[in-house]
Amino acid sequence: MIEHAPLRREQRIISTFVELANNIVDDFDVIEFLHRVAERSVELLDCSEAGLLLVDAAGVLRVMASSSERADALELLQCQNDEGPCFECYHRGAVVMSAELSAELERWPTFVPSAVSKGFRSVHAMPMRVGGQTIGALNLFRSHTGELAEQDVLLGQGMADIAAIAVLQERVLRESRGVVAQLQGALTSRVLIEQAKGILAEQAHTTVDVAFTRLREYSRVHNCRLVDVARDLIEGRLNAATIATPVVPPDSLPVS
Amino acid sequence: MSVDRLTTVLRALVEVDGRSGSVVDRACAATVGLLAVDGAGLSLMVDGDLRGAVGSSDPWVDAVQELQSTLGEGPCVDAWSSGRPALAADLADPRDVRWSAFGLAGAELGVGAVFAFPLGLGAIRIGVLVAYRGAPGRLTDEHVAMGLVLADVATQAIIGLQAGASDDALHDLLAGEPPHWAEVHQATGMLSVQLGVALDEAFVRMRSHAFAVDVPLRVIAAEVVARRLRLPALLA
Repeated sequence: MIEHAPLRREQRIISTFVELANNIVDDFDVIEFLHRVAERSVELLDCSEAGLLLVDAAGVLRVMASSSERADALELLQCQNDEGPCFECYHRGAVVMSAELSAELERWPTFVPSAVSKGFRSVHAMPMRVGGQTIGALNLFRSHTGELAEQDVLLGQGMADIAAIAVLQERVLRESRGVVAQLQGALTSRVLIEQAKGILAEQAHTTVDVAFTRLREYSRVHNCRLVDVARDLIEGRLNAATIATPVVPPDSLPVS
Repeated sequence: MSVDRLTTVLRALVEVDGRSGSVVDRACAATVGLLAVDGAGLSLMVDGDLRGAVGSSDPWVDAVQELQSTLGEGPCVDAWSSGRPALAADLADPRDVRWSAFGLAGAELGVGAVFAFPLGLGAIRIGVLVAYRGAPGRLTDEHVAMGLVLADVATQAIIGLQAGASDDALHDLLAGEPPHWAEVHQATGMLSVQLGVALDEAFVRMRSHAFAVDVPLRVIAAEVVARRLRLPALLA
């Protein structure tokens, strides 16, 4: 059995970023992607747990992914809506760190006792920024004291940046998918309406123009969309007889 | 996506003759230049059927697109259904057995080579970008890579246009259609009543008839709508 030599650190960093970049494709799952960022952060950086929080529409930071499902780590991430390194990082849009958590009791009176009781001694938070906008933060927890090496801070920021790009890309894709669905709907609607004209023309022994006038009239009087009338006709819920039946136009009804 | 190719495509879109109009027509003109082809078209598709061209570099392109629509086969249909480019370097090559009817009829129209690239997002497909050459000849690997970028940019252009349209409606630039297009679907509806069959079967019957008598689908459809043509009921 061949023992693979451990990849050199630079190679691991490069392959991690290539892996992450290759995953930002058309149908990618953003939550799975953020979990990957958290896992790779722990592999590449000198930390024991990593978590990503995103701000929701109401401005509340939500835990999106973490390197493990350790309940105490999740709890630590979740408890940061009023204070804590992630909260501060998000609101300042800048890296927030503490090399010695036990000395920060005044700064984060709730977060620090909780973190220390779970065995964490230092913490770093990197903002997830795109185009000057901060949308969340990457939190790194360590079981020992001290600052991250400068190159690890830069690398951590790089992980936070690619996570931010992925989140925005997913939002753009989601909007695009909505437009594409609407485009397909509009294309299909036109076909249904033309087919319905032909069906009605044949059933009523008239021209397609007259058939169209009747379809539109029916849709107006019954206050329903033309495409729905067309679909009902195609699927046999309406026919020439029901569509031709005169109805009382709504504007001649007595006002109640 | 290569940033260099994307830059090349975007520059070509901007530098295309300003009089050539809409962004979809510009995308077709840019395709002609960048892929070294003689004509290019953008067509929207639903369920594998071409639903009218939204852009083309040449009226000749429209005729070839219509031929694929009449026959219900060809590189556009394949690119749409597979989600991958469908490339035919020599349409008249008898060893290429993918499109028996379109291969012959397309060659008669003067098409030497056809290259179709799907438009869409992931699994959702909205149409094709198609490039034609009068003479046979392969696309280089670089041309194929460029064609994929052109298709992505065209997709974004179409999505961008449609994002500005109201609900239920197509953007004006996407709603353009040849006048015969509506008649094909009207005739389908009429035939389904006349023959007592479902719409898709009525359409297939009309398409087969057009092929059998060697007349374009739109002409057959117009005859049906004008009640000058009735298709015989199939014998039981």
